[in-house]
Amino acid sequence: MSEILTKSRARNIFYGGSLFFIVVFVIMTIHSHRYVVNVSTAGMPLSPEVILGKHVWERHSCINCHTLHGEGAYFAPELGNVMTRWGVLDDPEAAFETMDGWMAAQPSGIEGRRQMPFFEITPEEMRGLAEFLRWADQTDTQGWPPTDAG
Amino acid sequence: MKYQSQKVAYAYFLVAMGLFGIQVLGGLLAGWVYVWPNTLSELLPFNIIRMIHTNALIVWLLLGFFGAAYFLVPEEAECEIWSVKLAYLQLIILVVGTLGAVGGYLVGIHGGREFLEQPLWVKFGILVAAVIFLLNISMTVLAGRKTAITGVLLTGLWLLSLLWIFAFINPDNLSLDKMYWWFVIHLWVEGTWELVMAAILAFLMLKLTGVDREVVEKWLYVIVATALFSGILGTGHHFYWIGLPAYWQWTGSIFSAFEVVPFFAMMSFAFIMVWKGRRNHPNKAALLWALGSATVAFFGAGVWGFLHTFHGVNFYTHGTQITAAHGHLAFYGAYVAMNLAIITYAMPLLRGRAPYNQVLNMVSFWLMTGGMAFMTFVLTFAGTIQTHMQRIVGDYYMDVQDQLALFYMMRLGAGVCVALGAVLFIYSQVVVRREIITPNTMPKAEGETA
Ligand code: HEM
Ligand SMILES: [Fe+2]
Repeated sequence: MSEILTKSRARNIFYGGSLFFIVVFVIMTIHSHRYVVNVSTAGMPLSPEVILGKHVWERHSCINCHTLHGEGAYFAPELGNVMTRWGVLDDPEAAFETMDGWMAAQPSGIEGRRQMPFFEITPEEMRGLAEFLRWADQTDTQGWPPTDAG
Repeated sequence: MKYQSQKVAYAYFLVAMGLFGIQVLGGLLAGWVYVWPNTLSELLPFNIIRMIHTNALIVWLLLGFFGAAYFLVPEEAECEIWSVKLAYLQLIILVVGTLGAVGGYLVGIHGGREFLEQPLWVKFGILVAAVIFLLNISMTVLAGRKTAITGVLLTGLWLLSLLWIFAFINPDNLSLDKMYWWFVIHLWVEGTWELVMAAILAFLMLKLTGVDREVVEKWLYVIVATALFSGILGTGHHFYWIGLPAYWQWTGSIFSAFEVVPFFAMMSFAFIMVWKGRRNHPNKAALLWALGSATVAFFGAGVWGFLHTFHGVNFYTHGTQITAAHGHLAFYGAYVAMNLAIITYAMPLLRGRAPYNQVLNMVSFWLMTGGMAFMTFVLTFAGTIQTHMQRIVGDYYMDVQDQLALFYMMRLGAGVCVALGAVLFIYSQVVVRREIITPNTMPKAEGETA
């Protein structure tokens, strides 16, 4: 190994090879970016309500208990398909009502059960949240999750 | 300590250890809430606890890296740090930012992208601190001797700072948000941070074993080449189910499967250097941490990562306790332990005395490593059951969690063990005691030199 792979050759392989993989990665990223916009998330418009909902989701850091498309914390249920679970995926009004009812009932206060906090959320924001989760649920996630349990 | 300016590392390491303490206490509390969920549920909900736990981890690891750079670059470059004042200014910015962030979290001010919850001004502060750091350390390297260790270290630190730009990019489209989020998260821990880790490991091997620089540095290039060749396209293992094209399934599976290679190489490198080495360095605790880190990183990142990285497996395990098991052992082995290794090596030099409190330090290694291993095992069992019940049978999440109570109790026990180890480690570094063992009192084994 010592004659064929000299230190300077190893260095060149490292820097040259890395550059190569970075370029490939960037090209694939550009393609993926377009695919997301035009294909996988195109099932429902990215409306102002959806965007507002995403901000509400972020402001309250829901991700540090829940997963969304399988990413986040593992303390509370997956929410990428919660609208499917509730059976309101195609019904914005029912989605809002169910969401509103759920949020109002927290925390449950049941002894020995994980608690979700109560959040101060205006009706407009609540509608956004419901729309955001409906939007996420219609994303083409290659068939994930395996069951509706999330 | 050969260069006066290396002393700045001391301040970095002290702050890092302080945050390490906060991180572990946060983790302990989170583990407690898993067992007794009503605890503090309204005052300090789980999401806030977790944010403190993960953010403290990331910041202290970065502080440790910065400290390590300020410690080892002068020795490698054979000159003083370009500006000591800037180094302290950088530390102050980071401390103010961290305290501001944690204070904000406690009163409900935070963002909502996992690990990147810091308010904008803190993110910006981190950027400024990174720029100061890069300027300072690059000027130092440029002024002095250039070695492979500083080259790789700097490449890693430059790239990881550049990737921080993506912390500011948060598209309204959730799938795009997630894709760019992984540019920070994955390309940090499975790319740029590996460069930093490998450089620190190479430095420690050079100092502790006395093997030729030529040999060490060639190994270093091979390790980091395998890291980036596998890790960059390996990002695809996070792109399976978030709305990205299907071609990531094979791309991610194949390339990320090779991510085990750099970790295996680091472990082999460390052991081979020790076997080959002729130096009998008195700082045995530093050697233990360095070898331990390379080994546990191989298991936590390499083996536990491999376990769920193929898309056919990940389809079922994605976002379960399996992920949690892997995340814990990988972070601990690769980055926590390597930071503690360089701290263990540097502290006696920075404080100007022989390796002290080595026995306590080594006890802390076994407490923490044993605790983390046990935690990983119980979370893996919990995750296996969860995967079956929730992802195959289709039982509801909360019902499944109720079945896992026993595992969460054992994980809390493991957490207590780790916390004790952490406290012991900090004590062994900060509190001065008389050394208990004198090195080299054992009779030499046959054939042993020096
Ligand atoms: C020291 C290096 C590593 C660290 C610190 C690390 C840490 C983590 C963390 C914290 C997560 C969870 C992220 C989230 O919150 O969603 C994660 C996920 C993951 N890691 Fe690693 N990791 C490392 C190396 C690896 C390697 C080498 C592999 C593969 C061979 C790997 C495979 C995975 C996979 C497949 C996931 C996604 C799990 C899921 O689908 O839920 N990791 N890692
Ligand atoms: Fe990854």
